[in-house]
Amino acid sequence: MVHWSAEEKQLISSVWAKVSVEECGAEALARLLIVYPWTQRFFSDFGNLSSPTAIIGNPKVRAHGKKVLTSFGEAIKNLDNLKGTYSQLSELHCDKLHVDPENFRLLGDILVIVLATHFTKDFTPACQATWQKLVGLVAHALARKYH
Amino acid sequence: MVLSAADKTNVKAVFAKIGGQADEYGADALERMFTTYAPTKTYFPHFDLGKGSAQVKAHGKKVAGALVEAVNHIDDLAGALSKLSDLHAQKLRVDPVNFKLLGQCFLVTVATRNPGLLTPEVHASLDKFLCAVGTVLTAKYR
Repeated sequence: MVHWSAEEKQLISSVWAKVSVEECGAEALARLLIVYPWTQRFFSDFGNLSSPTAIIGNPKVRAHGKKVLTSFGEAIKNLDNLKGTYSQLSELHCDKLHVDPENFRLLGDILVIVLATHFTKDFTPACQATWQKLVGLVAHALARKYH
Repeated sequence: MVLSAADKTNVKAVFAKIGGQADEYGADALERMFTTYAPTKTYFPHFDLGKGSAQVKAHGKKVAGALVEAVNHIDDLAGALSKLSDLHAQKLRVDPVNFKLLGQCFLVTVATRNPGLLTPEVHASLDKFLCAVGTVLTAKYR
């Protein structure tokens, strides 16, 4: 059972309140595809991913990024039940999408960096630690149903 | 993994912008690493790891200095970091996984202090560079 301190919950909600899910999601996914280009393997039907500019401008990338981060929002509403929240998505990513869970960790790290660029000095070490904990737990929950 | 000409240009630009603040960036990255990844503290039982620690500041300066040296010899990282590579293999023996953790924290430090600098392309180049440094430092482990 994961334990969240009051401080951690506050650091999560205060950051999340100021996040544009659409913008942040698009940026995080684009950066994932740019920084770790092998992750493009899952998106062969997304059209033009031939350059950073193409990736950033790609409407499918933006839409999918928004989808992914919207789902993240669900995790934040259910911090005490990440396993339950992600149970079906975990099965989907294993059985249908065949995504190596390592990719969830990569995206989590990228999301932290995107948040860091937006929040700058407000993204204190304690804030980073909380968010790294959260993205790690989300990645873990998403990998839980793999077989 | 090979650093392209563009990667090298990007990395040099980052460190040129950071300039004399590299020491602070090093200390900040370490503080973030110790706060975020508790197991990394096991390598520093002899340090005061509290906020504002002089030892962490000094060590951050050392780490930053090594990164700057690496950037200045970016065409020959193995050569530039050879002695540090020996040190990590024979004496320090920091588990390889930890270099990625420090790398992540260094990126966050740059992101918080210089967000405009960390475009996706520069982010990619800097991440590659930090990975390459970690690879060199662990190359002689076995």
